[in-house]
Amino acid sequence: MNKPLTPIRMKHTKGVRNHDAAPAQILFRLTITTLVLLGVWQAIVMIFALPPFILPSPMAVFGKLISKPGLLWDHSLITLSEIVLGLLLGLFMGITLALQMLLFNPVRRWILPVLIASQAIPVFALAPILMLWFGYGMTSKVVMAALIIFFPVTTTCFDGLRHTPTGYLDLATTMGANRWRQLWHIRFPAALPTFASGIRVAVVVAPIGAVVGEWVGSSGGLGYLMLQSNARMQIADMFAALFILALFSILLYYSTDQLLKKAIPWHREKTTRT
Amino acid sequence: MQPISISINQAGLHYQGTAEPVFSDLNLELPAGQWTCLLGSSGCGKTSLLRMLAGLIEAEHGCSGTITDQSGQPLNGRIAYMAQQDLLLPWLKVRDNVCLQARLSKGKPSADDYARADALLAQLGLADSAHQRPDSLSGGMRQRVALARTLMQDTPVVLMDEPFSALDAVTRHRLQALAVKALKGRTVLLITHDPQEALRLGNNIWLFQQRQLQAVATPETAIPRPVDAELGQYQQQLLTALHAADEYYQGEAINE
Repeated sequence: MNKPLTPIRMKHTKGVRNHDAAPAQILFRLTITTLVLLGVWQAIVMIFALPPFILPSPMAVFGKLISKPGLLWDHSLITLSEIVLGLLLGLFMGITLALQMLLFNPVRRWILPVLIASQAIPVFALAPILMLWFGYGMTSKVVMAALIIFFPVTTTCFDGLRHTPTGYLDLATTMGANRWRQLWHIRFPAALPTFASGIRVAVVVAPIGAVVGEWVGSSGGLGYLMLQSNARMQIADMFAALFILALFSILLYYSTDQLLKKAIPWHREKTTRT
Repeated sequence: MQPISISINQAGLHYQGTAEPVFSDLNLELPAGQWTCLLGSSGCGKTSLLRMLAGLIEAEHGCSGTITDQSGQPLNGRIAYMAQQDLLLPWLKVRDNVCLQARLSKGKPSADDYARADALLAQLGLADSAHQRPDSLSGGMRQRVALARTLMQDTPVVLMDEPFSALDAVTRHRLQALAVKALKGRTVLLITHDPQEALRLGNNIWLFQQRQLQAVATPETAIPRPVDAELGQYQQQLLTALHAADEYYQGEAINE
């Protein structure tokens, strides 16, 4: 055995640093920002003496959150289920189609232009049709949420899969890896950072799909509650539902972001100063 | 491992959609267990030749000729490839990068694979880095990991496409010496732009000029050669020949 060389001390690359804040820091910043916004809101209500049916004060909305926990919880659970199921369905459909477009050229040639053209149709306009096809239950909202995230998920997944660095594929070819091994061990992990961007967009957009579905026709969920409150001029209730919806979006985004950072640590290491 | 020699006979390559072939009727012998260096201007076709040897040219392009070992057998599965970029997979730790071929062929490296990888990393001075990710390593360390991955493949033929060109002078010098030591007994084809590198490492040097290969005289000493006055004289001759080749390709580009 040859004599080992002296190990070289690890070097730190100039200009590269970790920009990712700890969850506690994120929570702190978020709390400060929320408090400032609530302060501005309260000030607007007081300065302009706005009536509660135009803009209720933050305290009035907070009061509704405290006084009607059971009602809000029941409707929140419905919307949250629609969002999560819609996300799962949309991710499954997006990944499946992206893989098919990568593996089968005819699928890519025929489907990709249709997929791009389909974006000309406003997804919201599909809501009444989905109600007709899937009924007023949860299915139509899940499909709506899935459809709204389908395009960003499919395109980012496909882009990531087809832009694998050629050098990695060349290396795998010289090592005798077949197409499937290349897909699993090289293409898929290489695509994860791009795909993660699509997932981040999806978790923010999916609640919109679910709520739009509820607006068009439903008997439960935060969107339904907002419509009912609006009709009864219970604007504080409407804002309470809106607050919970915003909270869902923020929590979903940050928890997904943290999970993705943990799952793709090499991408975080390459983050550069901007 | 038995060293093998390689015969390239009447090799030709014509990329689809281009008017001229990259090269045609090319003949080259790579002696067993020796380093052969291929020098030439940018775009002369040396990397294409290496890719052809590695089986990386897509079927739609026109490849002709034969590439065999001394017994006339094709080289399938007996080639390792080391590129200019280290091509370390950022999602795998150093040790797993070294075991990449086992992962790609078996799905998961075995305990024996890991033991071999650890021994190779220790041999190359990287024992402490086995469980780190490639992003935390310097350029020289990354190329040493790439070298360990190449050695792990345990093939009699190693193809190198300017693997040291992105490194600083001192690291490059150290890695050249290390590579000669580690790849002893293997048949190596090294593509390089650097005449000094070719003269330090090449048992045989070929200049890719006017779509043909031209043999270049090399010092008699063993590789890796020291950079001394004798090497300097050879380098001057080689530079003159490279200038001539460069003028030819520039003239051709203007004509096109």
